[in-house]
Amino acid sequence: MTLIVPVLALLAIGVVQLVSAIIEPPEVETTTIGYVDEVGGFDQFTAQGPVELVRYPTQDEATVALLAGDVSEYFVISTPYTSAGLVNRYTLEKQLEPPPGIQGAIKGFLTSNMLSGKVPEDTIQLVESPLYLMTTRLTETGAVATEQGGFGNLVVPGIFSLLLALSLNFFASYMVQGLGEEKESRLIEVLLSSVTTRQLLVGKVMGLGVAGLVQVVVWLISLPLLLNLASSAFGGFFSTIQIPANFIVLGIVYFVLGYLLFAALSAGVGAISPNAREGQQLSLIYSMFAIVPLWFSSLLMLFPKSPIWTVLTIFPITAPVEAMLRLGVSDIPAWEMVTSIVVLVLSIIGVLALSIRVFRIYLLMYGKRPSLREIIRNLRSG
Amino acid sequence: MQAVEASHVVKSFADKIAVDDLSFSVTQGEIFGLIGPNGAGKTTTIRMIMDIIKPDSGEVTVFGERFGKAARNNLGYLPEERGLYKKLRVLETIIYLASLKGMDRHRAEERAGELLEKTGMLSNKGKKIEEMSKGMSQIIQFIVTITHDPQLVILDEPFSGLDPVNVELLREMCVDLRNQGKAVILSAHQMNQVEELCDRILMVNNGRAVLYGDLAEIKSRYRGNSVFLDVEGELGDVSGVAGKRPHKGYVELVLDEKTTPQHLLEQLLSRGKVINRFELATPSLNEIFLKEVGKNR
Repeated sequence: MTLIVPVLALLAIGVVQLVSAIIEPPEVETTTIGYVDEVGGFDQFTAQGPVELVRYPTQDEATVALLAGDVSEYFVISTPYTSAGLVNRYTLEKQLEPPPGIQGAIKGFLTSNMLSGKVPEDTIQLVESPLYLMTTRLTETGAVATEQGGFGNLVVPGIFSLLLALSLNFFASYMVQGLGEEKESRLIEVLLSSVTTRQLLVGKVMGLGVAGLVQVVVWLISLPLLLNLASSAFGGFFSTIQIPANFIVLGIVYFVLGYLLFAALSAGVGAISPNAREGQQLSLIYSMFAIVPLWFSSLLMLFPKSPIWTVLTIFPITAPVEAMLRLGVSDIPAWEMVTSIVVLVLSIIGVLALSIRVFRIYLLMYGKRPSLREIIRNLRSG
Repeated sequence: MQAVEASHVVKSFADKIAVDDLSFSVTQGEIFGLIGPNGAGKTTTIRMIMDIIKPDSGEVTVFGERFGKAARNNLGYLPEERGLYKKLRVLETIIYLASLKGMDRHRAEERAGELLEKTGMLSNKGKKIEEMSKGMSQIIQFIVTITHDPQLVILDEPFSGLDPVNVELLREMCVDLRNQGKAVILSAHQMNQVEELCDRILMVNNGRAVLYGDLAEIKSRYRGNSVFLDVEGELGDVSGVAGKRPHKGYVELVLDEKTTPQHLLEQLLSRGKVINRFELATPSLNEIFLKEVGKNR
């Protein structure tokens, strides 16, 4: 997985370049739509980009044309438009909402006709063209900030948070599976005749931590190269992609801490599970939390200031993925970041200590998974 | 110094006492049999020796000390149910598990080669464990147990599931270990194997010691006042015999309290009888086992 991701990204860039070199861009298809003008005066500007507008004297005739397939849809301009902006649209398609292209074409047609002769031509064009808002982010000193934000800033943390969530799931399952197999084959007894429970568990957890470190470092090293390639190959949006300034350090920190926490949790689950299959079912409970921040990522973009994100950044199981995602959307206050990392570190230590204890009690019990009540009772008597 | 010294060890799980006030010692240069029926507490005892589980009370020392890193590296353990990493190759498996015992890679590879050759498995060193038969992987696991040259070897049911050729191979290797001065703990319920191999035994039942000590001495303790006899021709009347039990090819004579086997032999010789077999009737370990375990049921 460590090498597959950069290699796949490289392949994707190559394939897209190859395909775009071979295949000519498709011709834009013209759509014909009908309209009925009950108000009058809407007879110019009938060519709106790829949309051709055809006038029908009555709604009945427009319906016949629609049913005959001469037009894909039609709309009626009546008095409610001039008073309240309401236009009735008729189509044979089942749709959630009018396609943006059609909506833009109708709006352009109506606006152009309404303004025609009343304002200069340039003004009509300005009214119809979209608004380009150029935002410049300033620092507290008033200088232009190096990190300007925007979607270009979100891409890298977004991809990394997705990769982290997938990796955490994969490795948690891998660890539970490994422990389950060692238990099933009784190899665990041979291992425990060679090392202590603590050494065995800390070794496994550290092993996964190092795996996380290697993975994130390989990805981060390959990232500038891939971004340069994508930027020079496609330009456009790709050239706006930025890596947030603190992302590299925090990315490594959260990757490693995330791996350590999930490894420690998996060790505990591996200890109480009688076999690999049951262990994997149990591991779904916490693996799911790694995905939770991704479920709500669109809400994060809409409401970046909501306190929910603070909770998810501090709650240890969601913290790694949530923090990484937030780094791309907005700033995370320093106190929140420090609290999140401290809670994560303390959780790793706590879960690991608890897992070692549970491991020692349940590792040699085969065949039956203890209930939560039994585990608590055994931990107390311990 | 004793290889293992257990003193008044008690271990219970939930409401069941698995080991109840067990005391024993294992000396270097002996094969020590740990025997008992299923669920008697043998495996729990072994796990306590290795500090995998801790006793509720009592103490276990290995080479005079509480179980620590030195003891861990000096111990080889073959669990009852065997398993290795299926995807790993034979040589890699042996080297990896020996390295956990503190052995350096080069030495482990050398020693693995020696042991694979000795067991006739050298040609399989590059095979994956999953490609081996059950018997072959059991031999590999035995090699894993002794690669790091441990002074204490614990074998839990080492002969189960092996064919007679491999049983013989393992027996020879156990004797070799004893001759090299190592302590071997052999946990088994195949009594004939224990009888042939062990110097001393500890018989446990329901977590308690039933019999403990020198095997020959224990057997003599259970010896009754009877002999197995096979003579040519009719035996006729023999004085001092309280009863006769015919067996296939021989007869068991139960002697009365005043007669010793020596008296009987002299009597037979004086009559000019040709004796093919004259043996003090010593019960097998299996018979002793059944008798002792049966008492407590």
